[in-house]
Amino acid sequence: MERERKFLQGNDAVALGALYAGCKFFAGYPITPSTEVAERLAAWLPSHGGRFIQMEDEISAMAAVIGASLAGAKSLTATSGPGMSLKLENLGYGYMAEVPCVILNVMRGGPSTGTPTGPGQSDIMQARWGTHGDHPCIALTPSTVYEQFSQTVRAFNLAEKYRMPVIILSDEIIGHMREAIEIPAKGELEVIDRMMPACSAEDYKPYDNSQLVSPLAPFGAGYRYHVTGLNHDEYGFPTNSSRLIGLQEERLLAKVEENYDDIVLTEHFHCDDAEYIIFAFGSSARASKDAVLNLRKKGIKAGLLKPLTIWPFPDKDILKYAGKVKGFLVPELSLGQTVREVSRAVGGRCKVEHIYRVDSEPISPAQIEKAVEAM
Amino acid sequence: MRYDIRFSGSGGQGIITAGILLAQAAAIKGGKNAVQSQSYGPEARGGASKAEVIISDDEINYPKIVSPDIVISLTQEAYNKYAVDLKDDAVVIVDTTMVHEYDNKKHKTYDVPVIGAVSKELGSAVSANIAILGAVNEICSIVKHEWLLDVIVNNFPARAAENNKKAYSIGIELAKKALGE
Repeated sequence: MERERKFLQGNDAVALGALYAGCKFFAGYPITPSTEVAERLAAWLPSHGGRFIQMEDEISAMAAVIGASLAGAKSLTATSGPGMSLKLENLGYGYMAEVPCVILNVMRGGPSTGTPTGPGQSDIMQARWGTHGDHPCIALTPSTVYEQFSQTVRAFNLAEKYRMPVIILSDEIIGHMREAIEIPAKGELEVIDRMMPACSAEDYKPYDNSQLVSPLAPFGAGYRYHVTGLNHDEYGFPTNSSRLIGLQEERLLAKVEENYDDIVLTEHFHCDDAEYIIFAFGSSARASKDAVLNLRKKGIKAGLLKPLTIWPFPDKDILKYAGKVKGFLVPELSLGQTVREVSRAVGGRCKVEHIYRVDSEPISPAQIEKAVEAM
Repeated sequence: MRYDIRFSGSGGQGIITAGILLAQAAAIKGGKNAVQSQSYGPEARGGASKAEVIISDDEINYPKIVSPDIVISLTQEAYNKYAVDLKDDAVVIVDTTMVHEYDNKKHKTYDVPVIGAVSKELGSAVSANIAILGAVNEICSIVKHEWLLDVIVNNFPARAAENNKKAYSIGIELAKKALGE
């Protein structure tokens, strides 16, 4: 098969990426600026051997996605901040029960319903800490229409590999903008399928604490086990054993922490000789890339560190430069969620400056250039 | 070569569709880099909205337009709000069916009343967005007419093809008149 050049909207690219990854189930509730993902998959999934359900709300959509995944289907839901707030309860269940699934949040601004048609980047901490309790988190941040496709495929891969929900944090600009992309041919991008148990049904332990990730047998395949949000034993049954509770809690986080290099993906643009590094993702990364090019024309050595994985936070990549640059600049469509993490990672090794917009308009390259020049 | 083109109008006039069609013709038929983005309010109809198209030989990063080369305005409100920050040599195209107050001193301004003409000749203003594409492309020669027409025909049901072709020609004719040809 050959690559196909298509002029696509960012949200369409997520839907195509999901099909490429083998997604067979979507449940959701429409919300701007994510609705096109549901529209496309409603049209496409049935002819790709899948199912689409518009649920009564986001809570049930998240529950349906977890259920479908337990039955063996790669599953996706798509929403924006207000819907994400509703999904959080069941998202925690997904982490605890270790159910692979992908959640797209096309970010808009504001608490509550905010500005539906404007971009935002202020759900970063919600993605990390929105659901209660210590829990792992993988969140990806695409900034081009192609990355909407490729990071959706990667989100499914990571979800299946580490048996956990994976969040894609896009924004209104990236979700709604259109550009031409080359759709990868079949086999060009890696597609990871779920590990199936090799043992007999009697020996199957879906929550084996002696390894980071255990195979997940789909319901109906003859492997009998229990699924619960309570701390559970190796067979999934609730437990009060402090030993088992502790082992499980630590293993959930270790899955992600011990696989940082596999999970964290960043792009380094003109960073090698940079004196100032701009740390930006999503639509702000696009403005930052232009700012870097313009600043270089003016003789200012700027670079862009663009995370494609925002959680786990790319500390190692930041530390690579923190000791040798004059400073980091963090432009974001938030009053300070990402800059707080960058400051923590930098740990005082250089200065960290912050610029933002929260008026539903994007940060422009000129605003970024001015901020770097003032550093 | 780089064009920063801003279509502006009222929600429901099809300006976002017009932007998509032009960008698609440049990207798929012309092999150029093209990015289309939009800005609109929560209402399904009415309210000033814009669609922006950047076409370039180079990589396009920031997807929004800082200073446009071409601004198209289909309503007065859209003209007032979006015919701003223009480059010195920018071209402004206004549909005088609905834009009555505009400044034609500072920038080259072309008056192409497509909404009126399309309503009269085709019985409805629905394809005015296609006519404006014909006009813009005739005035600014952004892509080959045949590429754009091909994209237009392929993006709508077959039954709309004839009507859209007519609308596109109406736009070209009005543009020729505005150009003094």
